[in-house]
Amino acid sequence: MYAFDFERPSTVADAVAALSAEDAQALSGGQTLIPTLKQRLASPSKLVSLGGIAELQGITSDGDAVTIGAGTTHAAVAADGSIPALSALAGNIGDPAVRNRGTIGGSLANNDPAACYPSAALGLGATIVTNAREIVADDFFQGLFTTALDEGEIITAVRFPKPQAANYQKFEQPASRFALVGVFVAKGADGVRVAVTGASEDGVFRWSEAEAALGSNFSAGALDGMAPPADGMISDLHGSAAYRANLVGVMTRRAVAAAG
Amino acid sequence: MATISMVVNGRQMSGEAEGRTLLSSFLRDALGLTGTHVGCDTGQCGACVVHVNGDAVKSCNMLAMEADGAEVATIEGQAAPDGTLNAIQAAFQEYHGLQCGFCTPGMVMSAAALLKEIPKPSEAEIRKYLSGNLCRCTGYHNIVRAIMAASGQDVAVAAE
Ligand SMILES: Cc1cc2nc3c(=O)[nH]c(=O)nc-3n(C[C@H](O)[C@H](O)[C@H](O)COP(=O)(O)OP(=O)(O)OC[C@H]3O[C@@H](n4cnc5c(N)ncnc54)[C@H](O)[C@@H]3O)c2cc1C
Ligand code: FES
Ligand code: FES
Repeated sequence: MYAFDFERPSTVADAVAALSAEDAQALSGGQTLIPTLKQRLASPSKLVSLGGIAELQGITSDGDAVTIGAGTTHAAVAADGSIPALSALAGNIGDPAVRNRGTIGGSLANNDPAACYPSAALGLGATIVTNAREIVADDFFQGLFTTALDEGEIITAVRFPKPQAANYQKFEQPASRFALVGVFVAKGADGVRVAVTGASEDGVFRWSEAEAALGSNFSAGALDGMAPPADGMISDLHGSAAYRANLVGVMTRRAVAAAG
Repeated sequence: MATISMVVNGRQMSGEAEGRTLLSSFLRDALGLTGTHVGCDTGQCGACVVHVNGDAVKSCNMLAMEADGAEVATIEGQAAPDGTLNAIQAAFQEYHGLQCGFCTPGMVMSAAALLKEIPKPSEAEIRKYLSGNLCRCTGYHNIVRAIMAASGQDVAVAAE
């Protein structure tokens, strides 16, 4: 790791001010950023820890929505249960020690193409709240490791509408346990949403053909024989593009069946 | 460099750390507590697991400064002051839950976190909980047996 300064503010306002320094970067759980720094793939002048900011912590459930502070750990979301499919997803990220540090804000800001949370945010139609504005999930994810966040902008919370039914199915890449393909299916007031992670070269995406088919008939049978085109799917030693495309169909059917 | 302090195994300790100093390095190099092992240094193997404010974390994947003021538990604090092993350590010895011993500090600390959460885990729960702790020697069966025994359960495990 290259050397950097370290700051641990206790309010969002102070964190935003600290992040205005040239090449400053936010540190949340560090489960992605610290390995990146070790590989010298990033060389921030200063890390601004969000770990001491009380207003970024916690989960509130009111009527139709659940709001989760950006600094809330995967373990805390797993233990919550306000949206069972979301808690189940969080409880299957990495391993217990990773879940005790890693946070929802860090995962969404990072937008790893094989990460689990982006599919939940997109599948549930979440709103990403930052220190400056609110961004709907459909506008937030902009390709591999790319989001709508501006330089120095931090996620403060994520607001999820409560679904009528939802489920996440993850086919684990056996070595990393990230998603080789993960599918989040949600049925809500505005219809059915199907968000796919792990598969596309452009990162998380909505599978609109499946959404249309499920909109009129919410059952695994409605997707018989369906799979998205293999074109644009990731192809690597863990699976070819065609394999991943087929897996998207399989995991979506499993998610619909489990969502009931 | 700054001086940071934490309560480690019940004792107030302090030492010098840079912003980039990892908790694992701080424990080993600044405090001389070399029981916490560094296997992969990439957050994969779990040899470096310690508890920070009661939660199991990979100390190679956390900055020491983030633990400033925290309560930290490491393998050195698991046995009684006179050296008597705790139930998990004794069971690892009794059931041959280790061979080279490199993964053992992390295994014991993860097992302690597991038994705090689930006092009588099933074999499947043990295997799932230890998914972030790699062992290159034992093949895991004896580790699972040891944890079954430490939690007061029958040690028979399915040979998968
Ligand atoms: C062994 C292992 C297994 C894992 N398995 C999985 C898995 O199965 N599925 C999965 O989805 N993930 C997995 N992860 C990744 C894990 O979920 C990370 O915790 C997560 O991707 C990043 O969250 P973090 O809080 O650790 O963020 P950090 O590592 O601290 O930060 C990541 C990035 O986000 C930025 N950032 C952090 N917080 C904010 C914020 N509030 N606003 C703006 N930017 C911010 C940082 O500047 C950095 O660029 C795994 C990690 C490890 C080490
Ligand atoms: S040394 Fe920390 S996880 Fe391997
Ligand atoms: S006993 Fe050797 S690595 Fe586990």
